[in-house]
Amino acid sequence: MLHTKSIAEMARDLKARKVSSEELTKVFLERIERFNPRLNAFITVLKEQALQEARSADLEIAAGRGDPLTGVPMVHKDIFCTSGVKTSCGSKMLDNFVAPYDATVVERMKRAGMVLLGKANMDEFAMGSSNETSYYGPVKNPWDETRVPGGSSGGSAALVAARLAPAATATDTGGSIRQPAALTNTTGIKPTYGRVSRYGIVAFASSLDQAGIITYSAEDAAMILQVMAGYDERDSTSVDRPVPDYTAELSLSMKGLRIGVPQEFFDKGLDPKVAEAVRAAIKVYEKLGAVVKDVSLPNFMLSVPTYYVVAPAECSSNLARFDGVRYGYRCKDPVDLTDLYMRSRGEGFGAEVKRRIMTGTYVLSAGYYDAYYIKAQKTRSLIRQDFIEAFKQVDLIMGPTTPTPAFKLGEKTDDPVTMYLNDIYANGVNLAGLPGISIPAGFVDGLPVGLQLIGNYFDESRLLAASHQYQKETDWHLRLPKNYG
Amino acid sequence: MSLTPDDVKSIARLARLAIAEQDIPAYAKNLSSILEFVAQLDQADTAQVQPMAHPLVGVPQRMREDRVTEQVDRDRYQANAPQSEAGLYLVPRVVE
Repeated sequence: MLHTKSIAEMARDLKARKVSSEELTKVFLERIERFNPRLNAFITVLKEQALQEARSADLEIAAGRGDPLTGVPMVHKDIFCTSGVKTSCGSKMLDNFVAPYDATVVERMKRAGMVLLGKANMDEFAMGSSNETSYYGPVKNPWDETRVPGGSSGGSAALVAARLAPAATATDTGGSIRQPAALTNTTGIKPTYGRVSRYGIVAFASSLDQAGIITYSAEDAAMILQVMAGYDERDSTSVDRPVPDYTAELSLSMKGLRIGVPQEFFDKGLDPKVAEAVRAAIKVYEKLGAVVKDVSLPNFMLSVPTYYVVAPAECSSNLARFDGVRYGYRCKDPVDLTDLYMRSRGEGFGAEVKRRIMTGTYVLSAGYYDAYYIKAQKTRSLIRQDFIEAFKQVDLIMGPTTPTPAFKLGEKTDDPVTMYLNDIYANGVNLAGLPGISIPAGFVDGLPVGLQLIGNYFDESRLLAASHQYQKETDWHLRLPKNYG
Repeated sequence: MSLTPDDVKSIARLARLAIAEQDIPAYAKNLSSILEFVAQLDQADTAQVQPMAHPLVGVPQRMREDRVTEQVDRDRYQANAPQSEAGLYLVPRVVE
């Protein structure tokens, strides 16, 4: 069962020449061919290119030159620019766009010798919590194909859950890594703002966007984050500070670790069965010697409304670049320049993207700027301050990733506000810029539940260590959806 | 805050988005419910609070050294343009 091995095992077997990268790559390509029609998790599959990369990886390994991850297959979310390969961002607007260069993350993983299997489906421009806004159709959740995998990194999460690749990159602006990880029984880490370069990632909300990874386990995530993280002079928000050895720090002791549980997270809105699973997961840490205490995030309820001013405002500004002139979709027979702009954008963007651009345009417009945008920047300060206060008392914060398990396809598409509330426990982490991770923590009626761990700034090591130690005590993360064996 | 169909049309115009007439009522309804939802921010007392633009609070904007790092390959970048000719991006006639 090559496809269920951990990345550490795959890497070890590759080095020992027990398996070749070509064999491993073929295993995953075959699984993609077999299972992807049911899941719709891919926008592009790079069969020939992947096999070619695998063969070069095998030559490197044979010559004794391989890096730790040389020959390990992976997938990029279709928001990462991949030179010479279509980069659609899940939108009709970029359906014809072939990236002319690699994102820094893509370049780093390529340099590490990883093999790119394809590009993952996603909500259009990463705007969505169910992967239903994709121009390429919704992704199905392998745990129940009538349900959503979450979003916006729904393709990345679903394909890792179904073991169609051991890892897939993802991005998280308001929960887009953690929420789909929670709904699919995968491990998804969103690092601190500034930890991973965003150069070459299609921008959504620049004060919130951060790239991360979805994997089978925290140990695997540590190995990949090692390659992704680090300073990049091409991203002005990239922070110049050393990257710790995440794998070495996985064994960090949990004895005396102070865990804060925000009482506000367990208030109304949280499915009682999810609450029960999350509380049981936190109990495991007590067994490992951690000290659990209550903390308060008094302005927690402001995080979703704050997010839905800040994120749309930045999106309206970022997406102004799609003008039908330099790249992307252009409408047929424009009569003049204004018609070209308006129809290219009106036809090229889907409904949710248009809603967010219009919300952003409105809150930034003359007469409303102070009442909405400046106000939200102030409530954002309050939210950040709450976390800073909490981290004076505890080392990690834990709670649910989402209020409910995966919901039905189509269930929330008519009501944007209900959809937005799915990220109620996630949005605040992005507003503050903190790192967060979601790990498998059990099941409710056969559907996965995620435990969210939130760390202090640049404390990814502790997040990964705490996740890893939980995964040594439990086997939730090893459970596979039936029919995807 | 409730938006009228005319409000939606003017916002769409500002955002350069062509919206079909029959879709306007749905946008008015959805955008109104979003604005109503975010209006709860009004209840927060922020009189003494500084606005926050991004999480790297106190980190000054970094400037890079002024040196050539890459050569622009115009043909490569322009290959994605909907319409170009002789290195130029083509748009409908602006000046008669």
